[in-house]
Amino acid sequence: MMSQIAFYFSRAIQQGIPLLFGSTGETLTEKSGNLNLGIPGVMYVGAISGVIGAFFYEQSGAALNPFLGVLIPLLCSLLGSLIMGLIYSFLTVTLRANQNVTGLALTTFGVGIGNFFGGSLIKISGADVPSLALSQTSAFFRTKLPFADSLGWFGEMFLSYSFLAYTAIIIAFVAAFVLNKTRLGLHLRAVGENPKTADAAGINVGRYKYVATCVGSMIAGLGGLYYVMDYASGVWSNDGFGDRGWLAIALVIFTIWKPDIGVLASILYGGVYILAINLLPTGGIAAVRELYKALPYLMTIIVLVITSMRNKKENQPPESLGLAYFREDR
Amino acid sequence: MSEKTPVIKMRDISKAFGSKIANDKVWLDIYRGEILALLGENGSGKTTLMNMLSGIYFPDEGEIYIDDKPVTIASPKDAFGFGIGMIHQHFKLVDVLSATENIVLGLPGKLDLKGAREQIKKICDTYGFDVNPDRKIYEMSVSEKQTVEIVKALYRGAEILILDEPTAVLTPQETDKLFNVLRAMRDDGKAIVIITHKMHEVEALSDRVAVLRHGHFVGDMLTKDTNAQEMTNMMVGRPVVLNIDRPEPKDPKPRIEVKNLTVRDMDGIIKLDNVSFTANTGEILGIAGISGCGQKELLEAIAGLQPVESGTVTYIEDDGKREELLGKDPLAIQNMGVALSFVPEDRLGMGLVGNMDLSDNMMLRSFRRGKGLFADRKTPHKLAEKVVHDLEVVTPSVSTPVRLLSGGNVQKVLVGREISEAPTVLLTAYAVRGLDINASYMIYDLINKQKEAGVAVIYVGEDLDVLLELSDRILVLCGGKVSGIVPGRGAKKRDVGMMMTRLGGTKDEK
Amino acid sequence: MKNKLFHVSRRPAMPWWKSLLIRVIAIALALVVCAVVTMLFTGENPLNVFSAMISGSFGTSRKIWATLQGIAILLCVSLAVTPAFRMRFWNVGGEGQILMGGLACAACMIYFGDVVPNWVLILMMTVSAIVAGAIWGGIPAIFKAKWNTNETLFTLMMNYIATQLVAYFCNIWDKKGSGIVGVINPATEAGWFPVLGGQRYLLNVIIVAILVVFVYIYLNYSKHGYELTVVGESEKTARYVGIKVEKVIVRTMLLSGALCGVAGLLLVGGTDHSISTTIAGGRGFTAVMVSWLAKFNPVVMIVTSFILVFLERGSSDITSKFGLNKSFSDILTGIILFFIIGSEFFINYRIDLVHNTEKEAK
Repeated sequence: MMSQIAFYFSRAIQQGIPLLFGSTGETLTEKSGNLNLGIPGVMYVGAISGVIGAFFYEQSGAALNPFLGVLIPLLCSLLGSLIMGLIYSFLTVTLRANQNVTGLALTTFGVGIGNFFGGSLIKISGADVPSLALSQTSAFFRTKLPFADSLGWFGEMFLSYSFLAYTAIIIAFVAAFVLNKTRLGLHLRAVGENPKTADAAGINVGRYKYVATCVGSMIAGLGGLYYVMDYASGVWSNDGFGDRGWLAIALVIFTIWKPDIGVLASILYGGVYILAINLLPTGGIAAVRELYKALPYLMTIIVLVITSMRNKKENQPPESLGLAYFREDR
Repeated sequence: MSEKTPVIKMRDISKAFGSKIANDKVWLDIYRGEILALLGENGSGKTTLMNMLSGIYFPDEGEIYIDDKPVTIASPKDAFGFGIGMIHQHFKLVDVLSATENIVLGLPGKLDLKGAREQIKKICDTYGFDVNPDRKIYEMSVSEKQTVEIVKALYRGAEILILDEPTAVLTPQETDKLFNVLRAMRDDGKAIVIITHKMHEVEALSDRVAVLRHGHFVGDMLTKDTNAQEMTNMMVGRPVVLNIDRPEPKDPKPRIEVKNLTVRDMDGIIKLDNVSFTANTGEILGIAGISGCGQKELLEAIAGLQPVESGTVTYIEDDGKREELLGKDPLAIQNMGVALSFVPEDRLGMGLVGNMDLSDNMMLRSFRRGKGLFADRKTPHKLAEKVVHDLEVVTPSVSTPVRLLSGGNVQKVLVGREISEAPTVLLTAYAVRGLDINASYMIYDLINKQKEAGVAVIYVGEDLDVLLELSDRILVLCGGKVSGIVPGRGAKKRDVGMMMTRLGGTKDEK
Repeated sequence: MKNKLFHVSRRPAMPWWKSLLIRVIAIALALVVCAVVTMLFTGENPLNVFSAMISGSFGTSRKIWATLQGIAILLCVSLAVTPAFRMRFWNVGGEGQILMGGLACAACMIYFGDVVPNWVLILMMTVSAIVAGAIWGGIPAIFKAKWNTNETLFTLMMNYIATQLVAYFCNIWDKKGSGIVGVINPATEAGWFPVLGGQRYLLNVIIVAILVVFVYIYLNYSKHGYELTVVGESEKTARYVGIKVEKVIVRTMLLSGALCGVAGLLLVGGTDHSISTTIAGGRGFTAVMVSWLAKFNPVVMIVTSFILVFLERGSSDITSKFGLNKSFSDILTGIILFFIIGSEFFINYRIDLVHNTEKEAK
């Protein structure tokens, strides 16, 4: 019994980690007033960039070094998502373009990049299945803590994850700390709430928006990397990442823009997904599972509605979310 | 006093916005340990001049010296660096952050809220402020927010404090409190500038007064060496002789009867307290009062835009039939057959849609007319052309978005539309604010024509001289209460001014 | 002190030909970039690439019709979201509203396919698709009107609930257990739209053409259209003239959802005769861009939806011709969108070089 709980718990966490990366990244972005609906695309790019790095490293023929095997895909992933963040920032901050439209275009673009390069790599590798397996580098990513297996269910529940999973949790807590306890965070919140005031206080609004969006994109991109290198055991298949990017945006609302709540909420989302797939009763009709999969979205809507009904200032989206800032506008 | 050297010298400062010259070679000296009142009419360039000290604008020409050294102030940050702090009319505060967080916003270094809180306490104790450092801005009243702004400036080490019309939003009690604090700061050796156009504030508070007119520096002097009349003349540039027609009301009959009207705003603060009066046909009822004394709420309550706590607003038809207006929205009032026109204070935010062109704006009142699903676009188009012609609106065409017009022309469009509805009641709020003399006179003229046509006009104004010349009767509001209703003919400016600040205007000091 | 090199200010207004010119330049630049990118991956001469794109969209009469059909459906969705956008209500839930319309339509075909006469069936499909879409659009609107609930996020979430609902019914309706509903009523063709003039897609095209006129007139000449524009510009002004803001928000979104439902109807009843979670194919999102690029003008939307469909079809043709995979078209679409989105800046703002000589002299 305990081992079964431990098994599903660890599955829930593994489901939740990509979402946690995505929502932490998007929260930072939204705190600067940028509603980046391109996050799904960013996460695809984060994933495929890592895959490309890993693929060419595996193909290079050199003896594989675990350290490089992790570092190369990681850097590629960060670079890929950084470029996506820069595109978004350039268009919305420098050129003050409409954020919704830019974000949606970025998603089209990013998902296209992911599937295009994914498909091309599959073709290059000459596989007969429509997927690409990077088992060696993935194994490096999936290295667990050394003593996880010896501690029974406790080990499985808390210690059986790879370094990226712990990184996600650490990043979330660090993000929460930075937002709430540091001057940087205070300034960032001011930019997202009221850029005019921030500007008058001598804060460089544009720079904050750029940095928050780019760092946010890089964090979100790691979610894609984790998904393909760890959760999917290094197997890339087109559209495999699915709608997790949108789920990550949902998670931002669900956590009312608080990354530390995101740690628990992402496990909850993962748990709901695992429950829906495996555990909840269906009364013999398998189709019901599809309805269960809508639960995270339904939960998000409920949170969205409740926060708007209670109308508590602290729980609202950043005041200037979605609006371009131009100093000379009144 | 004469051996003092100014802490700030502004020399030959000019600033233009496009073709509009806001400041033209202005000289200004600011001294430590003094309160300087910067006096001037609306649009005389007071705020622009001060914004150049606080780093919001950069002068096109001219020099600024601090302690005799030439300086460049290119950003608000530079201004803080020179010890200049400005409190703007629109507060620059983030609503969801606490007072402390707002105060330290934008400063460098490690975030130490605890230390900041202590320092804020210290500043508050020194000057007698009352601020809870942990309170969120959105929970605060206007005067509390203003206090946070002042503390913010002091926290940044401001030695020179500029306040832009600080009393516009305050009650008389809050104003007194603010003045005491400002005096305490002056005595502490700080330089204080307050931008104002209110004479009594200049007299009550300032040590020195500088006057601007149409972007030019007219002169400065010690307050004790001058008087209200001289200052007014300097401000306006000629002895004020307003000459507005005031025809005798013809056969005035009650049209709108307001009884015991009480209104609270969203925060539960009382805005109108038991207000009663009657507005007659063929008569202009002027409403005087310090701004924010309930004028806006009064007009909006009559127009069906303001939820009311208690009281009645009754419309009396020609045949004496009485209809209750409260509890009805503007559409319901219109459907009752009451032709009520309203020229609101916020022209482009409420009265008109800035992005729409003239004829679409004319449609706002008339688009429902006629049966069927389609709106009649021809009549509004013709009306727009008529308004442009009759009121001499300067516009490239009737299909120009109104936000591109100048303030005076925007107001002509709005007033033109409102009077085209053949109203029986006309409500106007600050109808000539920001308008030049010619446009103002045209508006007075239009209002008078309405009065002669038998319309009951309620005119909310800020310029007492105009109110005294235009109104048949003047209702004076003070802190949401009726301070008194006096006949316009023969009313003394002094008395009305007194009533604005004290209920009933009794002079218990003398 | 630091001096900025550029001074950016808002432009009052630009003559239409100038703004058109800027957009054309943007598209031309985008095409150059696309050609370079394509060359990198295929080694093909860009001219060949462009001619392949054109022949991909217009090469044969079948391709022309497929392109027209693509335009019709995308245009339909774009028309649907436009009234909401005019009201500044960011309906990014087109995807879900289409799916619900399609789902309702498919349900009618499955359950009443051989029960009622065909014209009754098609009527039922039409009504149920419109109602389903309207409900899906109306729900977020009610919350927006009452509690100002953020509509972008709400409509976004509604998409996925709709997707899962469709997935559920696909599983229920599928006899083989694969979760894929095949062609519905293949033998009787019950509920299939009639083929006009021998062209399968002609009816769809005609219906959407009528809708263009309808939406254009609704927005520009009707009282409703005027009201929703005022609400979008300023709620305060709307209340001042007695417009019931809440009512207008809900009414407009009901219309928006209903028109998305029509798109679902055209897809299920008029095109695929089947239902799946992917029938909307991202059009709910693409439509946001189509509508926005056209500045919410239904007639201009014909052009913008043409551009996007042309890109998609043309580039999917190059991808097969040069052995790339079909996602390549998404990349090209993305690039072109970035350029068009970015070009708006040069239409709305003026950039002046700042001459620093005077200031530096001091």
